[in-house]
Amino acid sequence: MQRRDFLQVAGTIGAGLVIGFRIPNRRGVAPFAPNAWLRIGTDDSVLVIVDRSEMGQGVTTSLPMLLAEELEADWTKIRFEFAPADKAYINQLFGIQGTGGSSSVRAAWKPLRVAGAQARTMLIAAAAQTWGVEPASCRAEAGAVIHAATHRRLTYGALAQRAAALPVPADVPLKDPKDWRLAGKPTKRLDTRFKVNGTAQFGIDVRVPGMLTAVVARSPVFGGKVSSFDATAANAIPGVRHVVQISSGVAVVGDGYWPAKQGRDALKVSWDEGPVAQVSSASISSLFAQRATQDGAVARHDGDAVAALAGAAQRVEAVYEMPFLAHATMEPMNCTAHVRTGAVDIWAPTQNQTGVQMIGGQIGGVPPEKVAVHTTYLGGGFGRRFELDFIIEALETSKAAGSPVKVIWSREDDIQHAQYRPANYHQLRAGLDASGRPVAWTHRIVAPSIMARMFPQTVKNGLDGEAVEGGVGLPYAVPNVHVDYQLTDTGIPVGFWRSVNNSFNAFAVEGFIDELAAAAKQDPYEYRRTLLANAPRDRGVLELAATKAGWGTPLPAGRGRGIAVYKSFESFAAQVAEVSVSPAGDVRVDRVVCAIDCGMHVNPSTIEAQMQGGIVYGLTAALNGAITIENGRVTQSNFHDYRMLRLAEMPVVEVYIVPSNEAPGGVGEPGTPPIAPAVCNAIFAATGKRIRKLPIGKVT
Amino acid sequence: MPAYSLLVNGRRRTVEVAASTPLLWVLRDNLGLTGTKFGCGIAQCGACTVHLGGDAVRSCVLPVSAVGTRPVITIEGLSPTSTHRVQKAWIAEDVPQCGYCQSGQLMAAAALLRRTAQPTDADIDAAMSNICRCGTYQRIRAAIHRAAKEA
Repeated sequence: MQRRDFLQVAGTIGAGLVIGFRIPNRRGVAPFAPNAWLRIGTDDSVLVIVDRSEMGQGVTTSLPMLLAEELEADWTKIRFEFAPADKAYINQLFGIQGTGGSSSVRAAWKPLRVAGAQARTMLIAAAAQTWGVEPASCRAEAGAVIHAATHRRLTYGALAQRAAALPVPADVPLKDPKDWRLAGKPTKRLDTRFKVNGTAQFGIDVRVPGMLTAVVARSPVFGGKVSSFDATAANAIPGVRHVVQISSGVAVVGDGYWPAKQGRDALKVSWDEGPVAQVSSASISSLFAQRATQDGAVARHDGDAVAALAGAAQRVEAVYEMPFLAHATMEPMNCTAHVRTGAVDIWAPTQNQTGVQMIGGQIGGVPPEKVAVHTTYLGGGFGRRFELDFIIEALETSKAAGSPVKVIWSREDDIQHAQYRPANYHQLRAGLDASGRPVAWTHRIVAPSIMARMFPQTVKNGLDGEAVEGGVGLPYAVPNVHVDYQLTDTGIPVGFWRSVNNSFNAFAVEGFIDELAAAAKQDPYEYRRTLLANAPRDRGVLELAATKAGWGTPLPAGRGRGIAVYKSFESFAAQVAEVSVSPAGDVRVDRVVCAIDCGMHVNPSTIEAQMQGGIVYGLTAALNGAITIENGRVTQSNFHDYRMLRLAEMPVVEVYIVPSNEAPGGVGEPGTPPIAPAVCNAIFAATGKRIRKLPIGKVT
Repeated sequence: MPAYSLLVNGRRRTVEVAASTPLLWVLRDNLGLTGTKFGCGIAQCGACTVHLGGDAVRSCVLPVSAVGTRPVITIEGLSPTSTHRVQKAWIAEDVPQCGYCQSGQLMAAAALLRRTAQPTDADIDAAMSNICRCGTYQRIRAAIHRAAKEA
């Protein structure tokens, strides 16, 4: 989600959420706590409070790096903790405390550097006071203040008590990024050591005294309700303690996952399936095609595309279609809640602390400040953990059982009861002049709206501004452009999925521009490059990726190269994919060259990892990913039929980062959108077959 | 419920659970060894990989009643000081992203290196079928080669 919409919804979500500012502290060990993010102990420890959720993107390193750079900390002394839910930790790009939209570094960029600079200024003042010298004659370096003239040195720990008594300065100068010593350099992650020995605590690992475990039976059809249930067989399973009805279905509560799961499997539930039982992937596809014939809500209108199309020397038309997708985080959904009189505790792998705290208050019947949110490590997020469904289940079940309860979803639950990347359908038309340049471009996007489900007040006159991202932002120089949107609900819940609507609009736009290049009989890289003359950052990454990939050099038969460029989350990414297609039609992606311009940045090692990860995520979907619906039910159930890319299928990915002084952009998601079109454009180059429908499957 | 005596990370442990209970849930829920992860329950993803009698196995489909006398090693027991060569290589290559699958990846890699001291890329492809949703595969491959060199 982008800034404008979060700011719009912030008023609603944040209403009434006024929580006292609490500084988590550890009895006397960390006397110096100048702001919400930093604690310095007398033992020289430097604790950074990380207020974003760690779900793979490396925030427990990148955010401390920003703070430590200004603090002049000794990097080897840095420790971190996850923040509680508190208004001090609201993501200023969202208006709530949450993680998503590739916003973590962007949101922290100024506040965490200011936090470090404030503390450094106070520590220098404390040292100067101690020595009776001018602060200007002292400098901070590697966790200590030094008075060079007299060779005196005091560590931050030794200065902590005195610094704590000083006023927090309002205005502090920040370093010029060219003087950075830590930020901007490849830096090893601080959380790796906990992730290689099993000690990193994910939500599913939480253990609370007296805790029971619940597995929930949910309606196989979306929107269905419990009609009746018979718990006799479930209660007969040794270790089953309670069977309780909750809003999403029936929870079987037991002494551990296995008894609860056995109980859930033995439970007999009759469902009132409701109207979605009539829905199938085929009916959704027909609905989309029919809606594509009707004008949509106008998202962009330049010139007169209809007239320009009519007068064009050559016309090109295409339909692109993509399925629902599940997130399939490696850690299945789970949450531990303890609802008791007057207070609620929630331990959760969540991207949405504000939402968790508010729902905890509602269900627990307490004000939000009585709800303690303990954020664990997240075993993947990808947008799925912005949802509250698994939180609500734990709260309701704990309330009914009268004890702490951990709800654990099976993988089948995860695949079949999610909020999916919207299925979508695109009608594209373009007109070319005699030289092959596009003079008209129309793009109709037909899809369910995530915002209509989650933040309906942001959808105005049928237009979801998020859903048309990438369509509206078409960077190519085309004089007449018309983009419109047919909001089409299907009854299947839709939600944020890594790169969100960009994941499909990139495929339609970057596939279709490739078709125009082919129609114009021009090289697809040169064709794009010419049309990006006035889009320097798009063109910059395009050129970098093409150059590094050796664009234009010969490839063996059966092998092809494809390119795509796409802006999302304020970053620009271009990818060149090299693909082999076997005589039997099997596709193998051999190599991906990725150029990323994310402006000023913190940790290039993380950026490389995020590009690799974003590419794997998008490639998995492009090659095999489809959630299909029959009788209102999801057909797939686990990794055997919702296939993930594995190591043996991993292409070599090369990442090149554009040096830049532009404002920072995101890195968690921008690697995902270009990969599907780059691969399909490479398949076209290899075989002449144009892929307009995902997943690719076999190319026959 | 029947009682099972297991040798886990060198310690003798006794649990009373249903015979069908997968070793994974005995480790996690009964013994508190939560480093071994639940991912799919059908031996597809490998997040639950442990060593059984020295071989990498997927503990989510292994009933506790089938363990017998074979010793079980989990990620917690791979090295008492977290300095097994795969752990060191994982740190050097900065492999994990979210980290959830990494216990299983490390156990699979350690078993591979015990069988094949200098694995080729093809050996790694064949042995490392564990799923990583974050896409850390390239660094996993590099880390296995690094660990093999440091043997």
